[in-house]
Amino acid sequence: MTVLLIAEINGANLQADATAKALAAAATLGAVDILVAGEGVGAAASAAASFAGVARVLVADHAVLGRQLAEPMAELIATLAARYTHVIGPATAGLKSILPRVAGRLDVMILSDVTAILDADTFERPIYAGNAIQTVRSADSIKVATIRTAAFAPAPRGGGAPIEPIEVTVSTSAASHWVEDRLSLADRPELSSAGIVVSGGRGVGSKENFALIEQLADKLGAAVGASRAAVDAGYAPNDRQVGQTGKVVAPALYVAVGISGAIQHLAGMKDSRLIVAINKDEDAPIFQIADYGLVGDLFQAVPELVERL
Amino acid sequence: MKILVPVKRVVDYNVKIRVRPDGSGVELANVKMSMNPFDEIALEEAIRLKEKGAASEVVALSIGAAPAQETLRTALAMGADRAILVETAPGEDVEPLAVAKLIAAVAREEAAGLVLCGKQAIDNDMNATGQMLAAILDWPQATFASEIRIEAGAAQVTREVDGGLQVIGVALPAVISVDLRLNEPRYASLPNIMKAKKKPLAIRPAGEFGLDIAPRLTVVKTVEPPARKGGVKAGSVAELVSKLKDEAGVL
Repeated sequence: MTVLLIAEINGANLQADATAKALAAAATLGAVDILVAGEGVGAAASAAASFAGVARVLVADHAVLGRQLAEPMAELIATLAARYTHVIGPATAGLKSILPRVAGRLDVMILSDVTAILDADTFERPIYAGNAIQTVRSADSIKVATIRTAAFAPAPRGGGAPIEPIEVTVSTSAASHWVEDRLSLADRPELSSAGIVVSGGRGVGSKENFALIEQLADKLGAAVGASRAAVDAGYAPNDRQVGQTGKVVAPALYVAVGISGAIQHLAGMKDSRLIVAINKDEDAPIFQIADYGLVGDLFQAVPELVERL
Repeated sequence: MKILVPVKRVVDYNVKIRVRPDGSGVELANVKMSMNPFDEIALEEAIRLKEKGAASEVVALSIGAAPAQETLRTALAMGADRAILVETAPGEDVEPLAVAKLIAAVAREEAAGLVLCGKQAIDNDMNATGQMLAAILDWPQATFASEIRIEAGAAQVTREVDGGLQVIGVALPAVISVDLRLNEPRYASLPNIMKAKKKPLAIRPAGEFGLDIAPRLTVVKTVEPPARKGGVKAGSVAELVSKLKDEAGVL
């Protein structure tokens, strides 16, 4: 078994955490080559080579790959894929866009959001937003998969894999081009990869009151989330929505404030390692899955919590 | 420009699904079904583009068994001009790769200028059909769209990426998959629901396309995730903080 692991590159930087977690999953299958593709990615390649358990780091350094657009990336990866049994990457927004396109080019199915690798052909993945876990066996000659990073511990550092530049012969088509990045400048961590998430629900009561949730999040160094009810009521923007139709998160700590716990919300956060709920209704369904609950008025409890932390 | 919008009939997002105890799958009998929410957003966008004059026709397409006609009628009631059902056998599992091949065949036949689809279906959560379709058609793709502007044979698409937004331009024809923030889908009005009954809905057997749509994945089993049990309640904020620090060690 030989695995091609696609490193997650943002700009020219290696996203070490996501890549290391996908590497840990890939290493259970056999020898792993890491592909570092982008423009000016020398440092990223060195960083990738320092993970333990890497056979080689292949570096595709070319302007056409500079923004990791799906078309040239998929073309490159599909060309390399024939030499491997598995093509794997972390389930980041970037690779969730690229790897299904690779699978389409190769005429194989994609295995999305894999949470466990049972053997070379057999994988577990969540369906229905994690309300069921499916075990699937692939009959394809090349398995293309994205790895849900929350399900794996990162591979350790301590390797010194050789770095081999590869020739990039990808067509420079004008079919797609990058215009600009508008990355959130907030100091808060990104919702889907944050270690701690603080979310507010309908109980927060207004857009202005949502500042309370943000204060608590900032105190904890957490990302800010919201329930669909809070988003629908206009208290929080839609990109903060945690739930079946929003983002699925699995942080080490999830704090649900004023969230009753509708099915659609639980689906997006119930894989969190530790769940804390603050709600004035002691019968709220959120308490059925919370490790620690506090029944009380959030307008008193949250400021007090901020003070005591 | 003709816009093709694939829509999938899925278990309604408000339904708490039940996993069959024998591991054979998720119970679908007597469960409320609806249009996949992301597909609804794609359809709404297509209708708005037509209303703005950027598109000439909106064609809704579903790949599925006969009951998917209901979903297509909903699409027609929202404002699609006509609908196509590529009919598969009841209970047949049609994977994203196969769905993408069938959509590609229809997109070519229809000479569609744009395929607007949901970023994922909320049943199998694959998030793959749009990207695979773009690969098969060899069209550019823009996934996870939260804003779409069409001008001069191209689309400028704002995408939801990790850490914020990315704006890219794609030449048409293209595949655009949509995310939640793009719009809020309209409700079909009663007169439009009545009108939809008279709009054309063509039914084509999937076999007619002569494509390999056999599944590549075998589902070994489907189980419930490990149950989470409720924990303890803290009597005060102080107690909560001490539990988090001392018992759970997360702070």
